Amino acid sequence: MSITSDLWASREILSNLTMREVRGKYKRSILGQAWSLLNPIASLAIYTVVFGFVLKATPPPGEPSGIDVFTLWLACALLPWNFFAATMMGGMNALLGNANLVQKVYFPRYTLVVSNMLASLVTFGFELLVLAAIAVILGSQIWIWIPLVLVFVALLALFGLGIGLMLSIANVYFRDTAQFVGIFLQMWFYATPIVYPVTLIAATQAEWAAKGRDFPLLWFYQLNPMERFVQIFRDLLYDNRLPPWGDMAYCVGAAAVSMALGSWVFSRYQGRIAEEL
Amino acid sequence: MTEAAVSVEDVSKRFRMYRERNQSLKAALMRGKRATFEEFWALRDVSFEIPEGSTFGLIGDNGSGKSTLLKCVARILQPDMGRVVTRGRVAALLELGSGFHPELSGRENVYLNGSILGMRRKELEAKFDEIVDFSGIESFIDQPVKNYSSGMYVRLGFAIAINIDPDILLVDEILAVGDAAFQQKCMDKFADFRKAGKTVVIVSHAMGSLRSMCDHAAWLKKGHLVEVGTTAQTVDDYVDATHVERAPVAVAAKSTHQPDDGSRWGSGEATITGVELLGADGAQHTRFRTGDLVTVRLEYDFTERIEQPVFGLSITTLEGAYLWGFNSRDGECVPDTLEGKGSIEMTVPAIMLQPGTFEVTASIIDFTCTHTFDYLRNCVRFDMDRGVPRESGGPVALGGSWGNLQRVDRVGVPGAAVEGRS
Repeated sequence: MSITSDLWASREILSNLTMREVRGKYKRSILGQAWSLLNPIASLAIYTVVFGFVLKATPPPGEPSGIDVFTLWLACALLPWNFFAATMMGGMNALLGNANLVQKVYFPRYTLVVSNMLASLVTFGFELLVLAAIAVILGSQIWIWIPLVLVFVALLALFGLGIGLMLSIANVYFRDTAQFVGIFLQMWFYATPIVYPVTLIAATQAEWAAKGRDFPLLWFYQLNPMERFVQIFRDLLYDNRLPPWGDMAYCVGAAAVSMALGSWVFSRYQGRIAEEL
Repeated sequence: MTEAAVSVEDVSKRFRMYRERNQSLKAALMRGKRATFEEFWALRDVSFEIPEGSTFGLIGDNGSGKSTLLKCVARILQPDMGRVVTRGRVAALLELGSGFHPELSGRENVYLNGSILGMRRKELEAKFDEIVDFSGIESFIDQPVKNYSSGMYVRLGFAIAINIDPDILLVDEILAVGDAAFQQKCMDKFADFRKAGKTVVIVSHAMGSLRSMCDHAAWLKKGHLVEVGTTAQTVDDYVDATHVERAPVAVAAKSTHQPDDGSRWGSGEATITGVELLGADGAQHTRFRTGDLVTVRLEYDFTERIEQPVFGLSITTLEGAYLWGFNSRDGECVPDTLEGKGSIEMTVPAIMLQPGTFEVTASIIDFTCTHTFDYLRNCVRFDMDRGVPRESGGPVALGGSWGNLQRVDRVGVPGAAVEGRS
């Protein structure tokens, strides 16, 4: 049974579960779906004040776009990160949060994790639309890069989904997973060039080298797949240039490894979920 | 033999009983393993087949593995050994309305729940009106389900599950859903379902309804299959094996007369101090077979001399239907006067009650049957098992017999009488 035919067979349940997530999330709040935009706007505002004005992070202007707007530069990385974090965290809680369903009805269990990712994807889609519109107003020429943006949205979704699949199982067996991942995610956020430019890392490495400490800091730093993803989104949306081929290949590899591991772990351990919950 | 709708092949299921349910990473790292646990087999090498189109009962005591087996058939649990093969769409009525999202409307939840149960959108659209109609909550269908009463919630859940047209329906003790009218609708739906040749698997403790609904049954005991066969045989064997004598009901002394307790009243000059059911062996029993000799022994205590006292006995079903009453005046056994302690017996040579549970009410009244000295409602409970005569249903056995079948051929000329029963 191939994964694609399996997914196709459960498309109805996926779309319904996704609708449930999307519609249920902001029900009974006065602003409703507007929250899905207000949340990133608020965090953009906070990070702009803290890192743009207080700490004076000065990313290089877009090359060749020439744009020099800190908030836009931030948004091009923060929104993909938020999507990734939501996919991962939501996926992690997907099985535990639906324990009553899993224990009472049989249906393909992975649909819970996948639909959670799809719901985040819907939110991310709206955010990207708004972001693209603003980028265009500020002079970004994103038109020819749109297909590549979509490709990397898909790759990022798969990368997050694979991790989500693994964590959803881990969270059933070890309830501390959620706490642990919460802390880890914060570390990961600051280990990714979202609120500061990657040039700072390169500068630190140069500084160390000057002091005689040769340490390939940047090499290690760039092992982080999210670093590559974030840089690619910035290349496409902010700088309007073709991302380095190496980075793109790295992202494809990261998504493939994550999905392979995730689906292997999930299919291996999903049989006992109902009794372990 | 028709093909099996469900074949259970050497299924074993093991559960882990954690001594301390410690799902923390710390504990796992400290001990080098997740937690200490004992294993216990909820099912052990169970094999049987459920023929297509049959209504199949799973019986057994609590903890015998019935529900585990049902969950294995429903694919919610995975057997550790062996396998369950099902042919056709399976729907499990384990918990109704699980998976409803409280903030979403009934309509949205019908589509959500339907797709979880494996229905296509087109099918759901075609069935939508039927589902809503069956649940009887038309006017609330666009309200969020969190505003539903628990009854509405369960009714909608049931309506979805029963209308998804499964080939195999798994039911776990859920017939107590909603009011009487809704239950009737459910029973009708089950009947249609069986008529349509679909397979139903029921887990239940209600032997009476199992007897009338199922044609085959399997009996599980501590995870092992004891017997599989026709319902009548399996249920009888099960009931025989789990022969439980009821603890005799102690009749309170007259000092504990509580006028506010609706089960006992009377003026108290004479009281019943004991009610016992005796079998043919003269010993006390609470379980009899149809046709057994039963003696009811009443012990009394008269604190003053009473002229012509009358003892009364009646039998009701658990639901309260009054089946029989007999007093010692109609039984022509009335002493002129009575004082002090003693006992009196009423004997039924062959008790004509069908399998079920019944209650005895005892009383002491005066000769005119207008004054009650003591009245003990439902003071003894007893169970009936199958015996002789063996009849098909209802609380009472009438000892009827079938025969004298007369055939009339098509043109209306009486043919030869056929002996219906040898």
